[in-house]
Amino acid sequence: MADQILFFIEVVVGGLLAGTMYSLVALGFVLIYKASATFNFSQGAMVFFAVLAFVGFMQDFNVPFVLAFFLAVFLMIIVGLCTERLVLRPLMNQSEDTLLMATIGLGYVLEGLAQAMWGVEVRRLDLGIKDFPIPWIADNLKLFISAIDLTAGIVAFGMIIGLTLLFKYTKMGLGLRAVADDAGAASSIGIPLKHIMLLVWSAAGVVALVAGMMWGARAGVQFALVDLALKALPVLIIGGFSSIPGAIIGGLLIGAVEKVLEVYIGPFFGGAIEGWAPYVLAIFFLLYRPEGLFGEKIIRRV
Amino acid sequence: MKPIFMTYTRGDLINLAILLIVGVVVIPMTVSSGYWYTSILIPWLCLALATIGQQIIMGYTGQLALGAAGFMAAGAFACFNLILRVPGIPFVAALLISGLIAAAFGILFGLPSLRVRGIYLMVATLASQFFIIWMIDKFGWFKNYDSSGIITAQDIVIMGKPFTSPVEMYLVIVAVVTPMTLIAMNMARGSTGRNWMSVRDMDIAAESMGVSLLKTKLQAFAISSFYCGVAGALFAFTYLKSLEPVAFDIKLSFKVLFMVILGGLGTINGAFIGAAFILLFPVLLNYIGNNVFHGAIDATIISAIEQVVFGVLMIIFMIYEPLGMAKLWETIKIKIAGLFSKK
Repeated sequence: MADQILFFIEVVVGGLLAGTMYSLVALGFVLIYKASATFNFSQGAMVFFAVLAFVGFMQDFNVPFVLAFFLAVFLMIIVGLCTERLVLRPLMNQSEDTLLMATIGLGYVLEGLAQAMWGVEVRRLDLGIKDFPIPWIADNLKLFISAIDLTAGIVAFGMIIGLTLLFKYTKMGLGLRAVADDAGAASSIGIPLKHIMLLVWSAAGVVALVAGMMWGARAGVQFALVDLALKALPVLIIGGFSSIPGAIIGGLLIGAVEKVLEVYIGPFFGGAIEGWAPYVLAIFFLLYRPEGLFGEKIIRRV
Repeated sequence: MKPIFMTYTRGDLINLAILLIVGVVVIPMTVSSGYWYTSILIPWLCLALATIGQQIIMGYTGQLALGAAGFMAAGAFACFNLILRVPGIPFVAALLISGLIAAAFGILFGLPSLRVRGIYLMVATLASQFFIIWMIDKFGWFKNYDSSGIITAQDIVIMGKPFTSPVEMYLVIVAVVTPMTLIAMNMARGSTGRNWMSVRDMDIAAESMGVSLLKTKLQAFAISSFYCGVAGALFAFTYLKSLEPVAFDIKLSFKVLFMVILGGLGTINGAFIGAAFILLFPVLLNYIGNNVFHGAIDATIISAIEQVVFGVLMIIFMIYEPLGMAKLWETIKIKIAGLFSKK
């Protein structure tokens, strides 16, 4: 019995830690949604693009780790700059659906560019952290928790705290929130819209890079990252599109629930139900609480 | 987005007659190479039919659904099982019933559309995409307990005559696609279509005018997935000639979405233009790669370039011509007509 409880805890903890990776991707979505009311469908592609560039710099050009990281950050800022200038600005004041479709196109561009530049083969990314259970925890608590999962969890947690503080307590954060609420009104009182957009897209790019590094270290840097990143969408629905804590809790919830379902119910159906379980969970949330756990209720008028 | 209302004039009927003559008589008599049928005409018409389905839900009813490939898979495997398990079922009947089965899935997964819209709905429809493919993959019954994962599709037999050569299969597709296209056009311009468009343009206003959102949205989902289901069955039986769930993954859904957007939202002929473009552009790119650069460019690079071009085009169309290539084509036609009338 005790073994079963331990196993259950292990499954849940593993799920929660894997869920932090979804949270990291979802965080990028939330950042952009908060500042520009744009559903950035290309966030998954940005994850892939960023980490592939990072690994590419390291492996093809023998750039040291830290430099490669900053080069990748720089690249993501350029991507943010180009997106703001070439996609968002011409589409200003268009409907949400139009913007969403444009970001689907943007995602295709990023995926294509990344593969054209760095090739399509799976690349290994070694962060120096092993995907093995941490011995200390395994010995003392009898729980097997992967070191990389734990690192990802800590990194995600740190980023969340940083971003929440940024949004809540800095002048820049206030500007971001003002722009998100009403871009026209915000720019009329002198908030530099362009700078805010650039900042937010760059921040989303950096978040994408970190998320990609965590994913990549675990499963290899490959195209499948884009599909994995799609799971951030149900996370957002559960957490609410405009809430940073929501992204985190949604991610944790999805991670834990899909693992528990997979381990305990999956075998009855031949497994692999984690492929769709998050989406079905999201549908139930949509029926019960369409604005998500922490989202703002949107009232539509004629 | 302003809808393009179509009215049938004598000119339209003449155009239709010319298209039919070209499609049914001229092409089968002049084009003899199997390549044209198996690699271009057959997939083009199948995907155009699926695109009409996506067009109905997205272009006309304004519901951002992203699960066309899931419904196509439902249709394809329904058709396979019907022919396998119901002895003596006519192919056309199997095709229609598989469309209805896909429509049932469409209604089921369309239910969230009553509560949500935009990207929320997109996520809900993604559930259908992943769930249907998983279901087919994991329950052996759907695949007749075939362990290889790839099942050969049965031959198409209509009235005791097998239709197996490329030309014959092409004719079967034309015989299905033509009436379905005409019906779609009629629905789109009739009261059904106006209800759809009123929901698209402002659902709350439509509701207060007496349009039932429940009925209109679910009807659009049902009809849309019916088209996708039939298209999927045709796609599997004539183009793929095999049934495997992987062929209907999310990439195909995105492809159909691109066909709708590049072709032009809210136009039926845009479905054909979009499908042709998405299908032919990679062919062209490969041709350039092989003949201009003599294979110096790697095939993976070419497909990456293709992706970039599609993405860029999508953004450009969103910015400059949200109504897509169909509208572009109309504009060009009017410009050309203007040139001639001045003389």
